Amino acid sequence: MAGAVVFMWENLQILIAAPVFNVQLILNGLTVGAIFALAGYGLALVWGVTNVKNLAQGDLVMMGGYVAYEFGKHGLNPMLALIPAAALMFAFGWLAYRLVIRRVIQLDLFTSLLATFGMAIVIQQALNLVFGPDVRTARSGLGEIKMFDGMVEITQIRLIAFALCILLAAGMVLFMKKSRMGQAIRATAQDARAARVLGVNTDRVYALTYSLNAAICGAAGVLIAMIWVIQPFYGIAYSVRAFVIVTAAGLGNLAAVVMTALGLGVIEQYSGFVLGAQFQQATIVGLLLAILIWRQIALMRHRKALQ
Amino acid sequence: MKGITINSARLGAAVAAALVLAGPVAAADDTITLGSAISITGKYSQEGKNASDGYNLTVKMINQRGGIKINGKAYKLVIKYYDDESTPARTAQLLERLISQDGIKYMLGPYASGPTKAAAPVVEKYKIPMVEAEGASRSLFTQGYRYLFAALSTSEQYLAPAIHLAAELAQKEGKKPSDLKIAMAFENDPFSQDIRAGVEEDAKKLGMKIVVDDKLPRDLSDMSATLTKVKALRPDIIFVSGHTKGAATATRQMQEMGVNAPMVAMTHCESANLTGKFAGAAEGILCPTQWAETLKYKDDLYGSAMEFNTLFKKTYPEYNIVPYQAAQGAAAVEIWADAFRRAQSFDSEKLRDALAATDMETFYGHIKFGPAGNNIAKPMVLRQIQGGKYVVVAPSKYAADPVVFPRKPTN
Repeated sequence: MAGAVVFMWENLQILIAAPVFNVQLILNGLTVGAIFALAGYGLALVWGVTNVKNLAQGDLVMMGGYVAYEFGKHGLNPMLALIPAAALMFAFGWLAYRLVIRRVIQLDLFTSLLATFGMAIVIQQALNLVFGPDVRTARSGLGEIKMFDGMVEITQIRLIAFALCILLAAGMVLFMKKSRMGQAIRATAQDARAARVLGVNTDRVYALTYSLNAAICGAAGVLIAMIWVIQPFYGIAYSVRAFVIVTAAGLGNLAAVVMTALGLGVIEQYSGFVLGAQFQQATIVGLLLAILIWRQIALMRHRKALQ
Repeated sequence: MKGITINSARLGAAVAAALVLAGPVAAADDTITLGSAISITGKYSQEGKNASDGYNLTVKMINQRGGIKINGKAYKLVIKYYDDESTPARTAQLLERLISQDGIKYMLGPYASGPTKAAAPVVEKYKIPMVEAEGASRSLFTQGYRYLFAALSTSEQYLAPAIHLAAELAQKEGKKPSDLKIAMAFENDPFSQDIRAGVEEDAKKLGMKIVVDDKLPRDLSDMSATLTKVKALRPDIIFVSGHTKGAATATRQMQEMGVNAPMVAMTHCESANLTGKFAGAAEGILCPTQWAETLKYKDDLYGSAMEFNTLFKKTYPEYNIVPYQAAQGAAAVEIWADAFRRAQSFDSEKLRDALAATDMETFYGHIKFGPAGNNIAKPMVLRQIQGGKYVVVAPSKYAADPVVFPRKPTN
């Protein structure tokens, strides 16, 4: 235990003595966070509009990853899989909505949790049957960018992922604000019954929301296959991160979701550096707990002030 | 209720069938029947086949040479197999059946540590000796089992030889082993932590300094925080073990982040297909294995390791390369034969003592059991990826080629 404290102290000193490593950590953290942001704002969308807490989030991500893997296997650049994966996953999302989600939207929380949990298991086992339990990757063929005499290195694919995350988020905000469908989605999220009364086809809105989420997850999966590895049962890590991000950021605000995801990415890197990789997840979950408690206290003060 | 009736009817039929089948085998008085519950179906089916093909080849070879002579009479070897469906619970059930219904008194192990852990208490209960060759977990040999013997090296030895290789190389360069700095990243599961314990123990003995000691989470495949630390601290050796995912992630991210050390050692290189997927980045990485055909081990039955390799491929043409599971399976039957010859008896207690006193040279390596039943005489073998191929480099006494040091990855 004392040894662990010495480690932490020494690691902290490195960051102070050689600030260049901070750059590496922050860059890595931002790009890691960008990937989580993709899974996160898909979840925020579905959660906010349909009130379904989608436990199959990470498994949708894995499905997208396998599209990239298939592209790579057949000699194509996995980067090309981005759009096909998103399109395929959009179609899958539509199907999943028709078969499962539609039937549980009106029911209580537990039914929808169970239904999406069941979906997650079915997806995992199906992927396992088709692709086997081996760990897979896809190679983007892109190189690295070196900075500070090679002390800091970052892969181009990570930068692309970061750019894509910001672009997608901006596109989403525009879509929600400007398009008719976006307005319908927002109206449904605010009050589904009122929206129906005013002629919004809420069933279509729900279907579109879920499919859109699946498509974003698919795109995230393609990036993950090129940055890390995929495996039929690794989806859970992305589900957990997405839930943490959305819980911490709240549902309504896309910008907050992105900022939270990026922040968590950076914190995770620092925690891995200073405390060790075994504490990364604990730090994130601990932070979430702290945020929730702090919010509860703030809410209580607010109530007192109102009284 | 219905389910139970069907099950018991089925069980009854199976028991009856087993008794009919077992009858003649047990009755024949010029054979010695070994038993094994091994994975024929399920997730270990391929590895189970590798192991049992090894068992069968040695049985065939010994029988071709006239069998085993005990008190002047020659006995042929036979193995009775059951399929444990790759599940430990089934292994335990089937061992009960082999012992109490089929009357088998000499056991060969199942495949993998899990099923072996399930099998060990059963053979212990009936005092039936078992020679296993496919369960490497250190925890198998901390329970005080008397009837369990393992031909292979246990998990804590997987990466430890790299420590000694590094010490050797440091001394050649005129440095002290205690000057060496070590970075370790091991997954947080019992198997990887066993390996870590072995590395730590040997590093401490030689006074090396551990500068990074991270435990990798199971579910996330990002090592960038750990590797940034490695880059900052410039260790002399990097150790990684986290199954297929660990090997793939470490190799890829070390290249991406420009992280290197004079020596890099990791497990699961082959299952992660490092030479195929990360050709340049994997160059110079050290990977442990239980056995390699290029080793200079030999025995009377097979000749050299290479001769075993050739014979195995000729006998089972479906294999392109000979898996080490097959080699250690073949060695396990050799150990049994040797014990029978020395004991000159069918008494399981005498055979146990003969097994415990085993001290023999095989094509698979030297076999000598410690008090816990694990093989203490055979070191793990280290191979280095050189030009996209696995080349044995340590222990230097048996190695075919010199190690490339310091490591230089190519792009």
